[in-house]
Amino acid sequence: MKVIRQRKMKNFFFYFALISSSLVVILPLLLVFIFLLQKGGASLSLDFFLNNPKPVGETGGGMRHAILGSFYMVGLGSFVAVPLGLLCGIYLSEFGKGKIANSLRFTIDLLTGVPSIVVGIFSYLIFVVTMKSFSAMAGAFALSIIILPIITRTTEEILKLIPRHVKEAGLALGLPRWKVILFIVVKGSRSSLMTGIILAISRAAGETAPLLFTAFGSMYLSYSPTEPMASLPVQIYNYAISPYDDWQRQAWAGAFTLIIIVLGLNLFARFFFTRKTIYRAIKNKLFKKNEDRT
Amino acid sequence: MKISYSKQDRYVYTGLRFFSLVVVCLLIAIIFQLFKASKLAFDEFGLSFVLSDFWNPVEDEFGALAFIYGTVITSLLSLLLAGPVSIFVAIFINEFLPKKLASILGVFVELIAAIPSIVFGLWGLYYLAPFVKNYISPFLKKYLGFIPLFQGTSFGIGILTASLILAIMIIPTITSVCREVFRSIPNLRKEAALGLGATKYEMVKLAIINPSFSGIMGALVLGLGRALGETMAVAMVIGNNPVISTSLFSSGATMASVMANEYAEADSELHLSALCYIGLLLFVVTFIVNLFARTIVWNNSRKSRS
Amino acid sequence: MSEIALEVKNLNAYFNDFRAVKDINLTYYKNSVNAIIGPSGCGKSTYIRCLNRIHEEVEGASVSGEVILGGKNIYADNADPVEIRRHIGMVFQKPNPFPSMSIYDNVTIGPKLWGEKNKSKLDEIAESCLKKAALWDEVKDKLHQDGTSLSGGQQQRLCIARTLAINPPIILMDEPTSALDPIATVKIEDLMNEIKKEYTVIVVTHNMQQARRIADYTSFFVLGDLIEHGLTSDIFTNPKEKKTEDYISGNFG
Repeated sequence: MKVIRQRKMKNFFFYFALISSSLVVILPLLLVFIFLLQKGGASLSLDFFLNNPKPVGETGGGMRHAILGSFYMVGLGSFVAVPLGLLCGIYLSEFGKGKIANSLRFTIDLLTGVPSIVVGIFSYLIFVVTMKSFSAMAGAFALSIIILPIITRTTEEILKLIPRHVKEAGLALGLPRWKVILFIVVKGSRSSLMTGIILAISRAAGETAPLLFTAFGSMYLSYSPTEPMASLPVQIYNYAISPYDDWQRQAWAGAFTLIIIVLGLNLFARFFFTRKTIYRAIKNKLFKKNEDRT
Repeated sequence: MKISYSKQDRYVYTGLRFFSLVVVCLLIAIIFQLFKASKLAFDEFGLSFVLSDFWNPVEDEFGALAFIYGTVITSLLSLLLAGPVSIFVAIFINEFLPKKLASILGVFVELIAAIPSIVFGLWGLYYLAPFVKNYISPFLKKYLGFIPLFQGTSFGIGILTASLILAIMIIPTITSVCREVFRSIPNLRKEAALGLGATKYEMVKLAIINPSFSGIMGALVLGLGRALGETMAVAMVIGNNPVISTSLFSSGATMASVMANEYAEADSELHLSALCYIGLLLFVVTFIVNLFARTIVWNNSRKSRS
Repeated sequence: MSEIALEVKNLNAYFNDFRAVKDINLTYYKNSVNAIIGPSGCGKSTYIRCLNRIHEEVEGASVSGEVILGGKNIYADNADPVEIRRHIGMVFQKPNPFPSMSIYDNVTIGPKLWGEKNKSKLDEIAESCLKKAALWDEVKDKLHQDGTSLSGGQQQRLCIARTLAINPPIILMDEPTSALDPIATVKIEDLMNEIKKEYTVIVVTHNMQQARRIADYTSFFVLGDLIEHGLTSDIFTNPKEKKTEDYISGNFG
């Protein structure tokens, strides 16, 4: 009897540990959200989105320049990294044999694990050192190094899900291999690929470390790729560690904006695929009903 | 003129190879640059760089030991905190929760991974740090104060706070790898254990934890890799003070945080080079750790499949 | 005898060093259904995959010998496998409609990717091919639904329609009914009978009765060797070889 009670006690404690662990995981997430809503939501105003920063000491001003800067650099970085990542992913999944494929796979593995601050150094050494100035281009390059391995990896994984015999069926229609890959394999996986791309971009949009000493940051709106450029995360960082109340408030508003963008993209990407299938299913059902009536 | 199909295919193949080669060469060039940039500091200090804890940009004297210490202690502490929690959560999601709740909790955990580290840093600086200062540290001091780790005054900012933030940030990594590992265990074994009259706890221990020990280790090491390189959140809450102190309440600095703090402002060649040297060390260490972790996880999944 | 559709001469197929198909010589006539039977692992799938040069897409696979289509060897040095596959279509063991593609797109993708842009022409192809594949009535109101939403048998008929759309004189089928239930199987068999009026069909089957029902000619393979080839009625009622007789009477295989 005693043994059984002991076993039951152990079981009970085990359940307790499971539940409390889950609470421990959820708690910080909720706390972060609550504080962001409280502090960030309260500091948010239309001015924040429409104005560039005012000189030190004056209150007011916003982060328009940083939000636009983030879009600019993430856009520029994706412009290079998304197509390149797709091509590399296609190469790995459709041809992935031989020396070049193996070294590419190794490269991608390696890049996936590189700390983002080291990515910043990479870009610094390539761009800032040669151009002798911080620049938006260097920032975009750093972000593209963040995006590239994620997209290559997900593309490879996704395309590998298409069975071999489907590809053969494409070949059997008398299509050259590249058309089979592009119009059947890639096109057939487009929604999963989009999910991967958006997830990678949302990841890059939240990165601070690679931008610190590449794009550096700025208090002015700029569209020049060869000049320093502000970004939302770096601006939040600079304001957060500043001694001014107004700036700290803006840091919260910025963080609130950033998380809306990043989590918004993230959730959109996650549910885009399923939502679309559900939508299609509903449409079909409605369509069928009409048919029955006529 | 029409290009024959086999030629078209060959061109596409060559094109793909070319782009792949570009990526590979880019990485090689970058690593080469990193070595080149660290050379100055390497020539000056050699390997004693990692053995000296004296870091003084004003006098151009650099040693990385304090940063290495900070990185190691925060990473290990966060692993200690996050490890058990992540394993429990993975088990809870995979084996206990009904499907709907499981996917909700799963998404929650993955959302943690999606939160930018700057946001965690901001939250840590303004909320977690005061909380640590006012509640956690006094509590630890009261009950565990006889251990040197919990002595000294806490200003909120320091190694303990950084480790707590890191722990939160690496939970999703460990959890998702653990879930992957647990999923590879055939249902048959779990049912066999339950069929023998085991309690759920015993079933989990016998059929899940024990056989996937190496997989769990791999997940932990991957989490460690993530913790080693985490920058912004740590830089904002650790105090950036290159000292080695036995107390967890003390401020400190990590390899990543010193780069974030000093790189843009470094004006002497040697200072920049020393930072690159630290970057190189961090790069090599995370690479080895990740490689190690992947090998473990890979071996584990291959074993359970056969 | 009617016209020759395809002539196979000294065909060998290899996986690296392993010779899976050995010195096959066969002649196929137009507008006939030709079955290939034999115990599993006898190289019948490998053999049929050589006839449209799909075999070589597998890593380590190679072929020697000649396959003559319209007076030309498809394995000649200057022959383009992509071009050849337009004349020799193939239906696979598992129904494999293209993912995330509507029924309409599944049927018309071949002509479309060859450069046919005329919408009404494509509509015409879709309709006529789906009709030939006996699928039109079931799907005409949902042409823009996903191809994978159909049942297994319907999917296989969709794959046949997709092959008909490229209008190849010869159609290869690699155990097209092995993944289907009996009712769907009957439909596919009827279909083969129907399409042989316009096409030449070569079909691998795991099921002897099926061969007996549908085929004009039957070849019997064992371990990569062609044991016997002839009119189906002869093979089943009056086999010349002992092995064939054993296999047909169920004594081995």
